[in-house]
Amino acid sequence: MNLAIDLPVIWAFIIAFAVFAYVVMDGFDLGLGLLFPFFPRREDRNVMMNSVAPVWDGNETWLVLGGGGLFAAFPLAYSILMPALYTPMIAMLLGLVLRGVAFEFRWRTTAERNLWDIAFAAGSLIAALAQGIALGAILQGVAVAERQYAGGWWDWLTPFSLLTGVSLVIGYGLLGATWLVMKSTGSLRERAYTFSWWLLVAMLGGLGAVSLATPFLQAEYWRRWFEWPNIAFTSVVPLAVVVVTILLLRSLAERQDYRPFFLSLVLFVITYAGLGISMWPYVVPQSVTIWQAAAPEKSQLFMLFGVAVMIPIILAYTAFAYWVFRGKVEAETGYH
Amino acid sequence: MFEALDAVVLARVQFAFTMTFHIVFPSFTIGLASYLAVLEALWLWTGRSVFLDLFKYWLKIFSIAFGMGVVSGVVMAYQFGTNWSVFADRTGPIIGPLMAYEVLTAFFLEAGFLGVMLFGMNRVGKGLHFFATLMVAVGTLISAFWILSANSWMQTPAGYTISAEGQFLPASWWEIVFNPSFPYRLVHMVLAAYLTTALVVGAAGAFHLLRDNRNEGARVMFSMAMWMAALVTPVQILAGDQHGLNTLEHQPVKVMAMEGHFTSHPDGAPLVLFGLPDQTRGEMRYAIEIPKASSLILKHSLDAPLNGLDTVPRENWPHVGLVFWAFRIMVGLGVLMLVLGVFSLFLRWRGTFYESKLLHRFALAMGPAGFVAVLAGWTVTETGRQPFTVYGLLRTIDSASPLAAPAVTMSLLAFAVVYVLVFAMGIYYILHLMAAPPHADEEGPAADEPTHAAGITPVPAMATVTGPKREP
Repeated sequence: MNLAIDLPVIWAFIIAFAVFAYVVMDGFDLGLGLLFPFFPRREDRNVMMNSVAPVWDGNETWLVLGGGGLFAAFPLAYSILMPALYTPMIAMLLGLVLRGVAFEFRWRTTAERNLWDIAFAAGSLIAALAQGIALGAILQGVAVAERQYAGGWWDWLTPFSLLTGVSLVIGYGLLGATWLVMKSTGSLRERAYTFSWWLLVAMLGGLGAVSLATPFLQAEYWRRWFEWPNIAFTSVVPLAVVVVTILLLRSLAERQDYRPFFLSLVLFVITYAGLGISMWPYVVPQSVTIWQAAAPEKSQLFMLFGVAVMIPIILAYTAFAYWVFRGKVEAETGYH
Repeated sequence: MFEALDAVVLARVQFAFTMTFHIVFPSFTIGLASYLAVLEALWLWTGRSVFLDLFKYWLKIFSIAFGMGVVSGVVMAYQFGTNWSVFADRTGPIIGPLMAYEVLTAFFLEAGFLGVMLFGMNRVGKGLHFFATLMVAVGTLISAFWILSANSWMQTPAGYTISAEGQFLPASWWEIVFNPSFPYRLVHMVLAAYLTTALVVGAAGAFHLLRDNRNEGARVMFSMAMWMAALVTPVQILAGDQHGLNTLEHQPVKVMAMEGHFTSHPDGAPLVLFGLPDQTRGEMRYAIEIPKASSLILKHSLDAPLNGLDTVPRENWPHVGLVFWAFRIMVGLGVLMLVLGVFSLFLRWRGTFYESKLLHRFALAMGPAGFVAVLAGWTVTETGRQPFTVYGLLRTIDSASPLAAPAVTMSLLAFAVVYVLVFAMGIYYILHLMAAPPHADEEGPAADEPTHAAGITPVPAMATVTGPKREP
């Protein structure tokens, strides 16, 4: 193992970054979809939809980079995890199909608009739940034999994976609600504050339950989190959650515009870091490490060049797109 | 064993089904993105409002087609892993980076500028908006570059070594990306996308000319589309011929199936126009042939010998009937496109281009021809690659995921139900938009229902507070 430039480690961080970018960006898109049933007024729904319509496509692209990057940089992990997560993956893809087309279709019809609103909400729920379940299924570990997935096609379904599924739905809901706070005005914004508060409380419940259950999945997780001296570092994670939660509650009470959303993002960063602590250095927990799954240096180096050049450019024009569509979105106020 | 076989067959059906739905949309949006860029450029250059109206007319259609292309494309990106995990493991070090480059250089570019292109006309200047349109168009072409490189590598693998675990490892990226069939396939496919779009635009124009041949928008789009059909079809036929010769060099078995040559012809092979390929008996029944014409086309010599499938072990045969017929459908449609293009030039010269109902009906009937030809062409090249995923090196049956047949059955059913419902509705909305005649002061996409009592100019349901940000 060459310490000067350890490509698999670099690639693990690149993919972690892509997945996180996806979770954050599509998280609030999907979150808005999850909140759709609770906002039946047409004008409210138009605002919610319009607040993400110009950027959702870019947001979803991070999922393709996460999946495609895994395929390219850690093909063995990709080829083990995808069959292991077959049903949740297919469900997620179909959910994203329903959600994605609803963005375009609902403007093209008045007769079937309700149908596409349902598709938007249901697709978002299916996709979010499936992603959470997939996360739980990866954490609890999958059966591997001879470079292949060796389990059944229902192995992913456990109480733990359902718990992570529901928790992620709640988390996305929080991102969606705080995004809405930032992008809306008036009574819609007021309701978004209420939802943010309840979803934050629910998310803490989910986070607590997942955190308590995880160390019992694998002995290694327990050691990683609770053995001395690890605990001196890992105990920072729950502390950070408490601090951010207090700040978030205060920002909601003070009716801040931007802070709730960005503090919710910080909450996701902390959770994600916790996930990293549990998984490192495995890409398929407890059976395949990032070094075992890594594509040859020649593949990883070739792509690293592309990433180094393109990611800064991508971030720049993504920021530009967000900047163009910045500020509050209002219903039915056009230019003409 | 039988169950394993069934799961592979089901996985193939699923891939073919989801791919068939997917490829329809990029075939259209690659061409349409370029067309939109041309329209906007013409508007900026000439200032004629008809170009802006046409831009907005087709932009609405583009947004729907592009959305469907994106969501069906994400499915494809994950299906390598879910259904073809052994393929993914073996080819990941080579195919993976090509697809990663597609995401990095194309998908983000398209997605990043799509929002500005669709909704940003009033928010950024004209120049910047045109730049966004241009980036989306360039993005679709870059995307075609990488995905066709990956596909071509599966057809004509090059620049690799094979590891002890059976993984394909990169030896030369240049040879991998520019593998032998790639340049031909790229040109052939991009031209196919342009022609497909031209035929759709032409059909929409013809439809409205048949009702009112003084509609300026309809006249302009019809004329532009027919120029494309007339100019690009001959180039496409030439490109297809070159692609065929390249296939003969690198994948002769595919050409044998395309030509329906079950037997070898040592002194000049006939061109089988039609016939019934009989895979089990290994012969062409009821063949209508032109003697020695196949050798003339493929070898440029009447008496050149051509090998047949009798020189190939049966376990390496593709499904001949499928390849044979798909090829004839593609070529037949190509000939019809050429006739349309030549006919349109003739009527231009005669001065009845905008009046001839015959031309307009012909163009209308040819509207879907590009899609059918693209699907037929892909059937030829993909079915003709069988029974391998990586030609000659990795068999399809050895590429699939270790999945039980019921899992794949269920997902296949789910895809079938969702796709048929969703994409049928999407195509219906597109046809609905095309059925409306182009008119002056065309509205853009994402228009909500009219807010004015008059109700003709829906407004974008969006506005911004551009003043300084203020936290209460």
